[in-house]
Amino acid sequence: MKNKPVNEMKLYISAIPENEALARACISRFVSAADPTVAELADIRCALSEAVTNCVVHAYKNTEGEIYINARLYGDRRLTLTVADKGCGIPDVALAMTPLYTTDKENERSGMGFAIMQSFSDKIRVRSKLGAGTKVFMEKYLR
Amino acid sequence: MDKVTFKEKNGTLTAFVEGELDHCLAAAIRERIDAEFYKRMPDELLLDLSGVSFMDSSGLGLIMGRYAACENCGKRFALQGAGERVMRILALAGLDKTVAVRK
Repeated sequence: MKNKPVNEMKLYISAIPENEALARACISRFVSAADPTVAELADIRCALSEAVTNCVVHAYKNTEGEIYINARLYGDRRLTLTVADKGCGIPDVALAMTPLYTTDKENERSGMGFAIMQSFSDKIRVRSKLGAGTKVFMEKYLR
Repeated sequence: MDKVTFKEKNGTLTAFVEGELDHCLAAAIRERIDAEFYKRMPDELLLDLSGVSFMDSSGLGLIMGRYAACENCGKRFALQGAGERVMRILALAGLDKTVAVRK
């Protein structure tokens, strides 16, 4: 079946800074089975790290919360990543995705998180609802 | 394993960063770098990233912050040992032309 993934991973992790590395370690292992290039693996690790960091820093603002990560690998070497939170939501998604735009200058956020996700994946979609949460969907084709 | 160490020589304070430079590590070492910098007030702050195996936009924030701090004090700032991935992320933010980068 075309739309059935050959492998899938679902992760629920606490929104704490230490879990940024945990998420990267899990996705590395998951994607390694598809023998990605070094650059592809680095792109994926970085894109996921950005999404998870956004949950910790922005969605839950360093308070308790849960991050849901879903990774799917398809037979046509397509990888999809979904990162969802039940945090505060983004008032203006287009603005949030503008390179160098940040709401958190004092903590030295570079404002490049979404720009990196965009640059390191083939497709990105962001859905957000104020007070309900944010879902980031990314897709990347492995060579 | 994740840490920052310092060396001062001929007016240059070098901060050697080790580990995965994400939000978690950046937040942990930011104040330590600033404390050393403001205590010693060197002519130049050199951030050595040769021990960094991963960096994302949080590492970029750390670089931008130290660059701005040096500018504000009339001191020089430079990067050293930045790998290809670090350079790519710097370039995305247009910083590869602003920040001095050494091998």
